[in-house]
Amino acid sequence: MDNEPGVLSRVTGLFSGRGFNIESLCVAETMEPEVSRITLVTQGNEQIVEQITKQLNKLVNVIKVIDFTHTEFVEREMALVKVRAEAATRAEILRIVDIFRCQVVDVSPQEYTIEVTGNEGKITAILDLLSHLGIKEIARTGAIALARSKKEGSLKREKIKG
Amino acid sequence: MKLSGAEIIIESLLQEGVDTIFGYPGGATTDIYDVLEKRPIRHILVRHEQGAVHMADGYARASGKVGVCLVTSGPGATNTVTGIASAFMDSIPVVVFTGQVPTPLIGNDAFQEVDIVGITRPCTKHNYLVKRAEDLARVIKESFYLARAGRPGPILVDLPKDVLKEQVEFKYPKKVEMRSYRPTYGAHSGQIEKAGALVQKARRPVIYAGGGVISSQGSAELRNLAEALSIPVTTTLMGLGAFPGTHPLWLGMLGMHGTYGANMAVAHSDVLIAIGARFDDRVTGKVNLFAPEARIIHIDIDPTSIRKNVNVEVPIVGDCRDALTKLNSLVQKWTKQDWSKVRHPWLEQIREWKEGHPLAYQPNGGKIKPQYVVEKIYEVTRGQAIITTEVGQNQMWAAQFYHFDQPNSFITSGGLGVMGYGFPAAIGAKIACPDRMVFDIAGDGSIQMNIQEMATAVANNIAVKIAILNNGCLGMVRQWQELFYEKRYAQTLLKGNPDFVKLAEAYGAVGLRATKSEEVTPVIKKALSINRPVIMDFVVCEDECVSPMVPAGAAMTEMLLV
Repeated sequence: MDNEPGVLSRVTGLFSGRGFNIESLCVAETMEPEVSRITLVTQGNEQIVEQITKQLNKLVNVIKVIDFTHTEFVEREMALVKVRAEAATRAEILRIVDIFRCQVVDVSPQEYTIEVTGNEGKITAILDLLSHLGIKEIARTGAIALARSKKEGSLKREKIKG
Repeated sequence: MKLSGAEIIIESLLQEGVDTIFGYPGGATTDIYDVLEKRPIRHILVRHEQGAVHMADGYARASGKVGVCLVTSGPGATNTVTGIASAFMDSIPVVVFTGQVPTPLIGNDAFQEVDIVGITRPCTKHNYLVKRAEDLARVIKESFYLARAGRPGPILVDLPKDVLKEQVEFKYPKKVEMRSYRPTYGAHSGQIEKAGALVQKARRPVIYAGGGVISSQGSAELRNLAEALSIPVTTTLMGLGAFPGTHPLWLGMLGMHGTYGANMAVAHSDVLIAIGARFDDRVTGKVNLFAPEARIIHIDIDPTSIRKNVNVEVPIVGDCRDALTKLNSLVQKWTKQDWSKVRHPWLEQIREWKEGHPLAYQPNGGKIKPQYVVEKIYEVTRGQAIITTEVGQNQMWAAQFYHFDQPNSFITSGGLGVMGYGFPAAIGAKIACPDRMVFDIAGDGSIQMNIQEMATAVANNIAVKIAILNNGCLGMVRQWQELFYEKRYAQTLLKGNPDFVKLAEAYGAVGLRATKSEEVTPVIKKALSINRPVIMDFVVCEDECVSPMVPAGAAMTEMLLV
């Protein structure tokens, strides 16, 4: 969509005005500074998703709408988690960080701040584990996604041909 | 050469061919008015900004051009919201210019500041806050393009006062380039063929046309299609006039207060061809019982209208006239057959329905029946007038008893249902078409919602005729109370109404009154003989109900009849 003031509120206003639900939302500029990209997660049956897609397309500032429902895509979310880290639990937290391939991005005598990236399931899983150790604060992004590129001439095919 | 922002606005309007602006000045727009006085654009000074937008709306509908308003910031801007929302629901091309406080003050709660762009975001097709004078020409060009393009609608342009004073080079763009807005005009030929195949096999087809046929100027093509295949036609409230109201294939309007014939035909149709209509709840009633046997073809320029309320077998996105033209040329290629013969059993069935339950009312001795007034206006004007309406019973009786043969002749707030719409819309329509008779069919409740525009009509000698069906109550709500609330008439009896004849005279207009049936025709004739604004006060029966009526949420076949 056009990267202009007020465009985001046109999109969110459309959702609230028409009774659609926004589960998460991410917005940032693209490689073209005058264009920004919204990644939005919503739920609805086929008819509702069709309406949402059409209504978004109807907004004058919206350039293109892609519905990922029936496409292969990669998806990532990120969370920053501030965990209580006392002598007894510091090692356990670091083990979890290791298992989930997270990073500790800030350390103090009482706390670790952990950066975790992944799909929604992974983030929920680590939050579950860490909550037993004492989460003090979290900040979490919505999902961002890109369609998977076509993989023509993949290994499997070549083998069959060979 | 450098021009001020205010000069750029007026020069841009001239480039767009604007000849009339409806407006009301204020602190934030004085710079524009200062320029406007010197340039050849007619300004109609209204008495309330809501009136300005309805006038621009009526002007747009009667002329097919874009209606233009100019109002000040704050309350001037908020007063336009109802008019904008109505134009949005009815897809009417209107551009509203609002003043705004200077850019450095925006967000500071300055005097007469309001975030009108934020307020009108959900009820405009698009809106702009112009922060630099160099953007003005492009924004105005885009506004006039967007107002008309695709599905038409209102555009708002907010103009901070410092932008009006800024001096910049002026060059009006020749064309609009917007990569994010490209409506589909051409109907897909594959879909047209699918539609054709359905229509060819149909035994009981019905055409259900809406306002889209009027805004795409597709009435002639609609008539060609209906006549070529002998398909009966019904329209929505917004579609009245898109098909001749005196044609043998005409079913009457459908929906909550539609004719028995139209609702029965749709309910029993096997193929329903919806053209420029949007399956509104007042049309469908209980939606899963709407046209239960029909396979539906839906032509609309707005993809969101398709499959919003009902499932459609053949969707066709595109301009109604283009789609109809393509359908007509497809029909030409079919092997010749006598469609009136093929259609005979279906049309016979429809004739039985129509004759069994025509639109009717019981005459009541000397007392005036409101339907009778509409019938007499139709007779005296020979169906040639532009009719605007308020909202409520007056609107439905006008729709039922005036037979529109031409498009752009019935002007009503269909979607939003604004009481107080008809009178200012009539003024706008009369300005657009000074040679046509223009009547506002009003109620005594509605007319008081924008009665202040009487001064506008008198000051500019705009000879509109207001026919008040004066029943002393808010008739439509009273009707619901009678039928569904055990006759508990809560707050619907209007005590303290003014004497409308004296009121007209106080404004310097003409007031006439009829209290008996035999006075109705002479009063209408007299009103037409006077080249000034006239209020006709028709004192009518209080307890008359609009019939037929489908209760809200019921199936369209469950009509309450007289």
